[in-house]
Amino acid sequence: MAEEIFRSENITKRYSNHLALDEVSITVEKQSIFGLLGPNGAGKTSLIRIINQITAPDSGTAYFNGEPLNAAHIGHIGYLPEERGLYKKMKVGEQALYLAQLKGLEKAVALERLKDWFVKLEIQGWWNKNVEELSKGMQQKIQFVITVLHEPKLLIFDEPFSGFDPINTELIKNEILKLRENGATIIFSTHNMESVEELCDHIALIDNSKKILDGKLKDIRSSHKSNTYTIGFRGDFAALKKGLDGHKLIEERGDEDLNRAKIRLADGARLNTLLQGVLPHIEVEFCTELIPSIRDIFIEEVKENKGR
Amino acid sequence: MGKITLIIQREYLTRVRKKSFLILSLLGPLLIAGMMMLVIWMGMAENENQKLIVVDDLNPAFSMLKHKSTNNVKFVYTDISLDSAKAKLLESDFTGVLYLPRNVLNAKAAQLFFKKHPSSFVLRSIEKKVEGIVESLNLAQFGIDKDDFYKVKSTVTLHPVLFSESGEEADASKEKAYVGFAFGLMIYMFIFLYGVQVMRGVIEEKTSRIVEVIISSVRPFQLMMGKIVGVALVGLTQIAIWVALTFGIMAVGQSVIYESNFGVDKVAEQMTPEMAKKLEAANAFNTRALIDQSNIIFMINWPVMIGWFLFFFLGGYLLYSALFAAIGSAVDSETDTQQFMLPVTMPLIFAYVMSVFIIENPEGPAAFWMSIVPLTSPIVMMVRVAMGNVPMWEMALSSILLIAAFVFTVWLSGRIYRTGILMYGKKASYKEIWKWLWY
Repeated sequence: MAEEIFRSENITKRYSNHLALDEVSITVEKQSIFGLLGPNGAGKTSLIRIINQITAPDSGTAYFNGEPLNAAHIGHIGYLPEERGLYKKMKVGEQALYLAQLKGLEKAVALERLKDWFVKLEIQGWWNKNVEELSKGMQQKIQFVITVLHEPKLLIFDEPFSGFDPINTELIKNEILKLRENGATIIFSTHNMESVEELCDHIALIDNSKKILDGKLKDIRSSHKSNTYTIGFRGDFAALKKGLDGHKLIEERGDEDLNRAKIRLADGARLNTLLQGVLPHIEVEFCTELIPSIRDIFIEEVKENKGR
Repeated sequence: MGKITLIIQREYLTRVRKKSFLILSLLGPLLIAGMMMLVIWMGMAENENQKLIVVDDLNPAFSMLKHKSTNNVKFVYTDISLDSAKAKLLESDFTGVLYLPRNVLNAKAAQLFFKKHPSSFVLRSIEKKVEGIVESLNLAQFGIDKDDFYKVKSTVTLHPVLFSESGEEADASKEKAYVGFAFGLMIYMFIFLYGVQVMRGVIEEKTSRIVEVIISSVRPFQLMMGKIVGVALVGLTQIAIWVALTFGIMAVGQSVIYESNFGVDKVAEQMTPEMAKKLEAANAFNTRALIDQSNIIFMINWPVMIGWFLFFFLGGYLLYSALFAAIGSAVDSETDTQQFMLPVTMPLIFAYVMSVFIIENPEGPAAFWMSIVPLTSPIVMMVRVAMGNVPMWEMALSSILLIAAFVFTVWLSGRIYRTGILMYGKKASYKEIWKWLWY
């Protein structure tokens, strides 16, 4: 197993009237993109605030690079909150410089890096603008730069793409990937499941203040496979059914040209047996395994958790 | 410490660079100096010119009045009757008729008929001139030597002298108390002005959501203190600018006023101190005011006064601005602040209102307690400090309590603040704030 950069052990956080986190343990590997998922109000923000040392857990311990989390780690963590903003009446450049210095960066270094970033994102002209003159997406670009400027080892992005157009989303996505290549670890919290599938190596699902799912993205997906296949064929469904032999037809769809059947295999059966059964009756055009999307897994797990 | 310095710097610079700061810095002294000059100017003279017909029943007893004409008041001595003078008054540019009746020497009363009410200053100066003539006429009539008369004439002035362990000291409590009150008023104004700025700053950070980014870099307490100290420095800068500019404008303004009123002021300039006293005794209203003004400047121990002013200003400001910061953290917008503002501003307003009464009774129990209790002491104690007879132990007790109180409110507010700034979208209740204090 790769080296860890962050680990929480049985973290519990209680606010006056509700339990925000209940014995949550996660481990984030170095140079990975860790998806922190969960419905609204599940406790994600509480966990993120603990990682950022904005609040402290009531019980349990958090470790950064193997050491118990402490103030010295602040400079190694970058945080882009979901509820984010800038001083409206302050100049963009000055503000970025100020926030970078608060993270412990030398002024000269911060200035140099900021200039590089402004060139890279082609926003040099914004330096002396007041923040309130910028659009929301533009402000978000600045916030992204501020978050990564001190080159933190651990980056926490909470909904980093909301408010971006597709072009800028792509731009930022590539920057995030580049950051990882250069050695950073990213904790990524979002409701956008497509970007989770695209970016994350590892996910944890928090619901109702408990962690209900945790693992590598591909492991989770394969463990959620339900032995379901889509078969595209010529012929009619009546013919298909003749050869089903215990396998379950879940959904039938089709047009003049081609019919598609969603079939779940009988317990213990394999695709070959299904195909052998139906081949005499229809002409198979294609066959693919249905791998559940993270979206489906999310919904399924949260629903199940509610039933518990 | 490095981070808190950064925060102080930002809070200071963004405020000082604002146009509103510049405007307030320039307008404040103009307003203050303007008001002060208005007061002085009104006390000295209105630039009205009086041209009076003198009707003298004892003709020519008062004929020398025409030599006593000044720039402002011109006497035209006539031998016409009162009725014809009155008739003439209405159809000419004369402003009034000075009527000296036959019994003026005994009754010591004359009449002035006017078209437009003259100022009290002008009335007094006319009065004095007539008085002088009546006096010398009476002296002559009774055969009294002028020098003898002045030896005998008795106008007793009671000079209150404070006697204390530090020795004797001429007392001008009232005047001093007013100076103290002015300082207290300044503290009151600045606490309000800058306390509310702290509160607005906190609300701004909260509503713009930048606070979440900042407190992932610094502790909430650092952010709060940085803001409070930064705004305090803005306040001190403002005071410094105001004081410098006010004195500058006053100096220029005063010389302008004096020049334009040379006729009136000539008297004051040529006066020796003895003469000044005589004049004062003779009830020269205007000169008396001038003398008091210069006296009060020497009677107050300015280094002590300014030292205590800075102490009580900072102490009071820290005490209140911490509370204002806590209020800001507990709400989502400025309109929600009312219910929390009231209990914080009440003692402040109370102290201000009470200090008006304390001028009258600076040694009473109200003055004592209010200058000891930290919430009111910054304002009330200034009145007493100016009067200069506060026992050492009272000063010490008041200062220690103020320091203790601001340490306490800063601690208390820090606890409310760190939770409050992360609570979006709802207005806290007192009950919730109470809970925030304890976890």
